[in-house]
Amino acid sequence: MNKYRLELDPSGRESPWWVTIVALLLAFSLVAVFILATGKNAATVYAKMLTGAFGTEFGLTETLVKAIPLMLCGLGVSLAYRIQVWNIGAEGQFVAGAMAATAITVYLPGLPAWSALPLMVLAGIASGALWGLFTALPKVLFGVNELIISLMLNYVALQALDFVVYGPWRDPAGKNFPGTPAFTAAESLPVWGNSRLHMGLLLALVAVVAAWVFVQKTRWGYELRLLGANSEAARHAGVNIKSYAVLVMLLSGGLAGLGGMAEVSGVAHRLLYGISPGYGYTAIIVAWIARLNPFGIVVSAVLFGGLIVGGYSVQTLGLPSSISNLLQGAVLFFLIAGSILGKVRVRRREAA
Amino acid sequence: MDGLPAVEFHNLVKQFGTVLASDHVNLSLAKGEIHALLGENGAGKSTVMCMLSGVYRPTSGEIRMNGTAVKIHSPKDAAKLGIGMVFQNFRLVQTLTAAENVVLGDSSPFWRTRRWMERKTREIEALALRVGLPFAAGRPVARLSVGEQQRVEIVKCLYRGNSVLILDEPTSVLTPAEADQLFATLRKLKSEGKTIILTTHKLKEVMAVADRISVMRKGQMLATLDRAQTSEREIARLMVGQDRSPPKTRVPREPGEPLLIMDKVTVVSDRGRHALDEVSLTLNTGEIVGIAGVAGNGQKELAEVLAGLHVWKSGTITFREFRWKGPSVRGSIKQGIAHVPEDRMISGLAGGLGSVDNLLVKSYHSDERANLGFLRTALNRLWSQGLVEQFDVRTAHLDAPVKQMSGGNQQKLLFAREIHQRPHLLIAVHPSQGLDVGATDAVHNLLLGLRAEGRSVLLISEDLDELLLLADRIVVLFAGRVMGEMTHERADREQLGMMMAGVT
Repeated sequence: MNKYRLELDPSGRESPWWVTIVALLLAFSLVAVFILATGKNAATVYAKMLTGAFGTEFGLTETLVKAIPLMLCGLGVSLAYRIQVWNIGAEGQFVAGAMAATAITVYLPGLPAWSALPLMVLAGIASGALWGLFTALPKVLFGVNELIISLMLNYVALQALDFVVYGPWRDPAGKNFPGTPAFTAAESLPVWGNSRLHMGLLLALVAVVAAWVFVQKTRWGYELRLLGANSEAARHAGVNIKSYAVLVMLLSGGLAGLGGMAEVSGVAHRLLYGISPGYGYTAIIVAWIARLNPFGIVVSAVLFGGLIVGGYSVQTLGLPSSISNLLQGAVLFFLIAGSILGKVRVRRREAA
Repeated sequence: MDGLPAVEFHNLVKQFGTVLASDHVNLSLAKGEIHALLGENGAGKSTVMCMLSGVYRPTSGEIRMNGTAVKIHSPKDAAKLGIGMVFQNFRLVQTLTAAENVVLGDSSPFWRTRRWMERKTREIEALALRVGLPFAAGRPVARLSVGEQQRVEIVKCLYRGNSVLILDEPTSVLTPAEADQLFATLRKLKSEGKTIILTTHKLKEVMAVADRISVMRKGQMLATLDRAQTSEREIARLMVGQDRSPPKTRVPREPGEPLLIMDKVTVVSDRGRHALDEVSLTLNTGEIVGIAGVAGNGQKELAEVLAGLHVWKSGTITFREFRWKGPSVRGSIKQGIAHVPEDRMISGLAGGLGSVDNLLVKSYHSDERANLGFLRTALNRLWSQGLVEQFDVRTAHLDAPVKQMSGGNQQKLLFAREIHQRPHLLIAVHPSQGLDVGATDAVHNLLLGLRAEGRSVLLISEDLDELLLLADRIVVLFAGRVMGEMTHERADREQLGMMMAGVT
């Protein structure tokens, strides 16, 4: 006889906040096992990651640079997840935004900064939103599952990216390197001091505040919350559910597209093969860690940015940077486990 | 009733967190008796029944059967001891036949041949007929009526040879005639020595069928009474702890001019059949019109069409002399139609949101509540606070998720939202379903209050007592058609019951 048994908590409350912390700790413990298996001391490795990501000015700015696309993509998917629209296409929407912003530099070269940058921002947002619309329309018109379309569209966007960087947009002076010519200063977002930290951070933070105001303070945000909490009650209030599926996909795609624009204009200064190292997918974890809360996404995006940068810094210890991928996977695993197991209570069996 | 009690509860305690759902409950069930368990919502009836059927395990205390202590740790244990429960929501597999459902979990030959199944089907049909609960055992459960499905559940318990039957709100899904049939069967089973324990909200039924009645309140067993030596009034008093406040007097008043005219409205349901079939109905101002009928006879569609949620195929709907072109939820709200839907937590309230957000559901687009698209947050909180106080909604906090409130408070919140807009017409669907006596009175008084103000109510209910108490006219729906209509003065319970069962 087991002395303990499991009971499902009938109240179905959300798991408490510390579950997230425990999940993170468990993830780090699990990966520590793998680090130990390579013969390294896990504590040293984690310490190195920490100082690498947050300990120096260089590390910190690099972390923030990585956090910008995560923040924008994470914020985007979080809006869709609020009403159970499972957009996993932030990666494709990000690439679509990066390509559209680059298109401005290719087809309208030589614009001054005051017109080039706003145009690129608009193009990035519009093209990401369009990419989101490609997912939303089949969903609301024919009931096609958005998970599948949004995922497939990622590959379409990546193929399109390959086509332009290997083909028509390739830098003739680039020695066959798959990328466009470098952007001019007018086409690049201003950076902070000597670092690579660019104005995209400001755009991302503005987007975070705007998203919070939209969700919490406006009528449409109210309808969104109502829809997320109980779609049947929303239907009884006259909320058009389908138009909201379209709206969140437009917003979701637009934000990811802005992320893509910021990446090419602020960091890479050109469109490259493989412009995104999977930001759109990592953003899904970022959004869930933050429980879809806009301000929480700022924190989790910086955390994951640090994870990526920290992963680079452990290379000096002879470890591959894929340690950070390992950590990301472990975090997601324990987070999902936590949200499900959080509903289960362990009870001691009464003495028989 | 001699010998040892069939079932005995001895100081049974069940604790959920800090709440004592069952507080040292003592109860004994004699062999061959029908025992009714009464109490308001949350009194602990379900907890006690679930402990007997093995769904919950007692924190402390003992259950004895025929004098010996038994351990019921799971529904399986209960089944072994001959305890069977018929839940309010049936545990049936819709695609299997009735007979297949009955033999489910039966130890049987590995191969259930067609012949074996045919034999079992005949056996089950004979058993059902013998106890007076016939149904077509070879038919898939999905094609049986709700009443028949309940019969399948009961026969399932009998087939397994259970000696103790637990019935949770058995009549809530039945027509009056079906309920009478059920009671006849229960008496028969009793004479065969079965022990039956049932819960219900309807006092009349308790008095009609139970031998003994136990009343619970706040987890405690208050009393066990002999039916012969008690009265409805005494039981009601025990349940609520005080005399029921008599409902507001229903002053006779002349109905005003027509408010809503439905002319030969036909609605096709989601399943493709005619949910409403050429229904003509007129509602006057200052009138409560009751719609009687067993669930699934078109009431849901009637409410949904008027709330703007459902299209209609033919016929005309005229509201305040304005002929409707098509369904529009916003249009219905703007014209002053309020709607208290059935299943308040499914379609009425958003359980995860707080009181403020739930009160805003119907009015958030008004200029009073929002300015240029921005909600007037501070003002709305104040307004919600006022409504919560005015309608006596008890909640820990304005932002506490409404799913944590009791059913009665949820319904009051829903009514607060719908009524404060001063609607011309309120559609109330099963407004007192699942509410305790006190909350039911509160709801009834709200409806009568609307009528006194000259507003109209379309009251859709399966509870005849409620309709007889409140409605100026009662219209009976059966299979999507209007079977007949009776005024308050001429209403006759038996005749209404016949019409509800499709007899004219």
